[in-house]
Amino acid sequence: MPFEANVPPGPLGEKWTQYRGTMNLVAPNNKRRIEIIVVGTGLAGASAAATLGELGYKVKCFTFHDSPRRAHSIAAQGGINAAKNYQNDGDSVYRLFYDTIKGGDYRSRESNVHRLAEVSRNIIDQAVAQGVPFAREYGGLLANRSFGGVQVSRTFYARGQTGQQLLLGAYQSLSRQISKGSVEMYNRHEMLDLVIEDGKARGIIARNLLTGELERHAAHCVVLGTGGYGNVFYLSTNAMNSNGTAAWRAVRRGAYMANPCFTQIHPTCIPQSGDYQSKLTLMSESLRNDGRVWVPKNQEDAKAIREGQKTANDIPEEERDYYLERRYPAFGNLVPRDVASRAAKVACDEGLGVAPTGLAVFLDFESAIMRYGRSEANTRGIDNPSEAKIRELGKSVVEEKYGNLFEMYEKITGDNPYQTPMKIYPAVHYTMGGLWVDYNLQTNIPGLFSIGESNFSDHGANRLGASALMQGLADGYFVLPYTIGQFLSKEIRTPKIEPTSEAFDKAEQDVQHRLDQLMNIKGNQSVESFHRRLGKIMWDYCGMSRNADGLQKARKMIRELKDEFYSDVFIPGDAKDYNPELEKAHRVADFMELGELMMVDALDRNESCGGHFREEYQTEEGEALRDDENYAYVSAWAYNGWEEEPVLHKEELVFENVELKTRSYK
Amino acid sequence: MNWFTNFLTSSIGQKVVMSLTGLFLIVFLVVHLTGNLQLLAGDGGKAFNLYAEFMTTNPLIKTVSYLLYAGILLHAFQGWAIWRKNRKARGPHRYAVKVNRVAGTNGFAASNMAWLGTIIFVFILIHLYQFWLQMKMGAIDMVTYDGKEVADLHGLVAATYENLGFVIFYVVSMVVIAYHLLHGFQSAFQTLGLNHRKYTPFIKAVGKVYAIAVPLGFAIIPIIMYLSK
Amino acid sequence: MKLTLKIWRQKNANTKGRFETYQAEASPDMSFLEMLDVLNEDLISQKQEPVAFEHDCREGICGTCNMVINGEPHGPMQGTTTCQLHMRHFNDGDTIVIEPFRASAFPVIKDLAIDRDSFDRIIQAGGYVSINTGQAQDGNAIPIEKETAAEAFDAASCIGCGACVAACPNASAMLFVSAKVSHLAHMPQGKVEAKRRAQAMVNQMDEEGFGRCSNITACEAECPKEISVEHIARLNREYLSSSVGSQVKA
Repeated sequence: MPFEANVPPGPLGEKWTQYRGTMNLVAPNNKRRIEIIVVGTGLAGASAAATLGELGYKVKCFTFHDSPRRAHSIAAQGGINAAKNYQNDGDSVYRLFYDTIKGGDYRSRESNVHRLAEVSRNIIDQAVAQGVPFAREYGGLLANRSFGGVQVSRTFYARGQTGQQLLLGAYQSLSRQISKGSVEMYNRHEMLDLVIEDGKARGIIARNLLTGELERHAAHCVVLGTGGYGNVFYLSTNAMNSNGTAAWRAVRRGAYMANPCFTQIHPTCIPQSGDYQSKLTLMSESLRNDGRVWVPKNQEDAKAIREGQKTANDIPEEERDYYLERRYPAFGNLVPRDVASRAAKVACDEGLGVAPTGLAVFLDFESAIMRYGRSEANTRGIDNPSEAKIRELGKSVVEEKYGNLFEMYEKITGDNPYQTPMKIYPAVHYTMGGLWVDYNLQTNIPGLFSIGESNFSDHGANRLGASALMQGLADGYFVLPYTIGQFLSKEIRTPKIEPTSEAFDKAEQDVQHRLDQLMNIKGNQSVESFHRRLGKIMWDYCGMSRNADGLQKARKMIRELKDEFYSDVFIPGDAKDYNPELEKAHRVADFMELGELMMVDALDRNESCGGHFREEYQTEEGEALRDDENYAYVSAWAYNGWEEEPVLHKEELVFENVELKTRSYK
Repeated sequence: MNWFTNFLTSSIGQKVVMSLTGLFLIVFLVVHLTGNLQLLAGDGGKAFNLYAEFMTTNPLIKTVSYLLYAGILLHAFQGWAIWRKNRKARGPHRYAVKVNRVAGTNGFAASNMAWLGTIIFVFILIHLYQFWLQMKMGAIDMVTYDGKEVADLHGLVAATYENLGFVIFYVVSMVVIAYHLLHGFQSAFQTLGLNHRKYTPFIKAVGKVYAIAVPLGFAIIPIIMYLSK
Repeated sequence: MKLTLKIWRQKNANTKGRFETYQAEASPDMSFLEMLDVLNEDLISQKQEPVAFEHDCREGICGTCNMVINGEPHGPMQGTTTCQLHMRHFNDGDTIVIEPFRASAFPVIKDLAIDRDSFDRIIQAGGYVSINTGQAQDGNAIPIEKETAAEAFDAASCIGCGACVAACPNASAMLFVSAKVSHLAHMPQGKVEAKRRAQAMVNQMDEEGFGRCSNITACEAECPKEISVEHIARLNREYLSSSVGSQVKA
């Protein structure tokens, strides 16, 4: 199987332009005959399916949701980056490229990231043309805000619902193609296997989630835009149904999984409140524009807060430790996510946590409210405004910026964040790891492409805020529709693929066998209980910090859990019916395999970088210690089940345009 | 004219018909009330009877009155058609718990327009039978004013309102009309797309005043006539 | 807190459903769906079929969760989806009645899960701007008034959950349709085909068997995103003017 990054020649800034100009094309008459399967309808999947349909290909698009509009991209809050430099603050394609490479702790491919920065500008234009209601200034032009890890304002946003608006834009474009007949939409269908014929991806086995029937779907190539696998941790900010099964099934058919241990722990989430909890809710990173993170300086105060004897407002200014501002004066509260998360963990480990569980820090808007209030009073020409007036004015400014987030916080916690600071704690949010892809976004299986969060390509070991939306749409609108032609131009003589070959028979039998196996266990424990236990193992040993002993131990624990699962799980209902428990069971079974591979990957990487923090590898100040000499590679793993040891393939990362430096936000 | 029938049978078209006929009936009610208040003129019915004579003989008014009958029928028929569609759209099951939360209208009136309308329709039939038909059939005594012979409709009305049962029937019917208007008035504007942050509150206020004042005006007539018999 | 739950159970679209009564334990910090999770865990441990209900993001944005709680879509809290409704708004000892959204255009799949494909088909009929990828001009080429963009956003914040239909005694989808028509008609990019869009989407809405709007405004009152019926007026306007105007063919 080919394992070559296929980065085109030429200087970094011209690679994509030159490559695009010399790429093989597929003529319109051939496009009409060529079929493409797109799995997933998030930003990446929907934008790709729509664009491929517009180009004239015959597209079949699949989602396990009841509608393409439900994909979890919809929940992205803060914004989308683009190197537009509308603010005239020194932004450029190169700076976005550099910030992303640096933010990713130098573990991503230069050429891919530069291309991402280039097309970022087109995304904004495209979204505006679709009618996406981005925030505007009074002059009618697009507004921007800042996000973590950067010193320019390049984030475009639509209140706290940017993902929703961008996804609806893509969904609407997709709907237009569905109505034209160029895309055939399959709602409530879950991909349960990939079919490979003669070494090429030629179709999928999908389960109709309403009837339980298995269906075969054939095409000239398959595109996976199936998102990340953060739910391996059980508790995450991912949607309840987000899962890794489609991608994992591709892995089990030979695709390589790259950097699986690179997971992003987002610093600002609402802390867990009880064991029954099923998911965690993110509070957008944009809040760190104006919120200040702190814990009490001494443990007694923290303890008093935990026990409810004191509140945040009882702690005087000089007794508060604004630890991000203290430790990282250059970036302050806007350090990248991995740094902010770890710092919160350190504070809580020192006994300074402020929630009953001991796992929370404050995110305080008091100074922002007063600052905005004074400025607003000034604008309105109010002389000597009272403190109450300033607070009132400031509150309305903050409300306009973050109103829906504050409301959501209040709904969930019952606390009013305008009066008392928010309590936040890190939670699993995004997975930088994913299917290994080359410059064309093609996996090592010819004809199998992976886009958006489901691939590993652009974010290295840590993703910057507002870059996931950018990457999903870049892949779907502006990269894949070109690069897929490199593969399809060689397929114009291939007749329609029929789902009747032996490969399809075999794949369907395999799926049927797995489902039968699960249904026939008839044990006593619910799927949910296994998932919860798996998540705990993952979080404790492969979460914000990892060490070799723990990882080895955890790997064993996962294997034991797996054995218990396959002997004692209980799935009610029938396989040939609408059965959400069976869907979950299949996903959890795959998560366990993936979880094991994450342990193996984390164990292999004897360095700390980005979201991967190995306790053995840190500076004296507790910062991540990279090892560029030995680990400047992408780990691409072949995984073939519990019985075989995963096999590592290394793609060495070559940095020709940036100098590898210790990431410093001080 | 394909577009026209398409429009009229579309969901919004059907509603526009309701709105336009409704507004027409709303205007009619004011005219009708102004005329009827002459029943209380205390002149033995002269003004009212002359007015009734004018209304039944003037060719322009006659034309308008046919439009009015058509408007009532169209409003009722469309209302019935919409009600049927909506029942089908709702499906066979009703919610076990009923909550009537609305935003800016009278919840009871809004969700019972069809029933209120049905009662009003029955009222109109009885009302027409009692007065209009009698007049048409020439079953009313005649009176002479300044040498002109006209039907003594006032006498018939006065005789009718001597019966307490009829008085109550009329007053209750006016309450029903008030509820129907309470929602219908502002709803007619909304259906025509006339919703505006600045002016809609004004329309709603006028609608409320109208919905109370006009039926009240109608209701006091039988009450006063009954009390002063 | 102890609760009595009366939940609609229905095996599939073709069978008759009925209410079943369950006793449940909850803590005030739980979300409504977490309370149902606990009930389902309990049912599974007794080898019974769990209650089928749909949900996904649990952040109030995907629009998957539905259910009518004590007679109100998404329950008693205004501007809140079921997944964001917390048990602290209920009292110990309460009886809670849980039903599916009821409308002919939303057939029941199982228990509380319903089929909302009709909404997708309405969007497919015209709920988009007809441009292809790559055809856009610069994002700042057309300035848009801040307030206009904000109003468009208010309409665009619709999550497509169907609570408007569920709340409407007429099972009308006007708030959903109008939110999209109004969002796009506000934006200069969408204005171009606003008339055609209004026609196409209303036609599809009628075909799906939704009811006729009689301005009851229950939709606005129950909408978890608090979308205003002002947008319905806007749709009426667009539809009326396109019906009697000359832009859209007879």
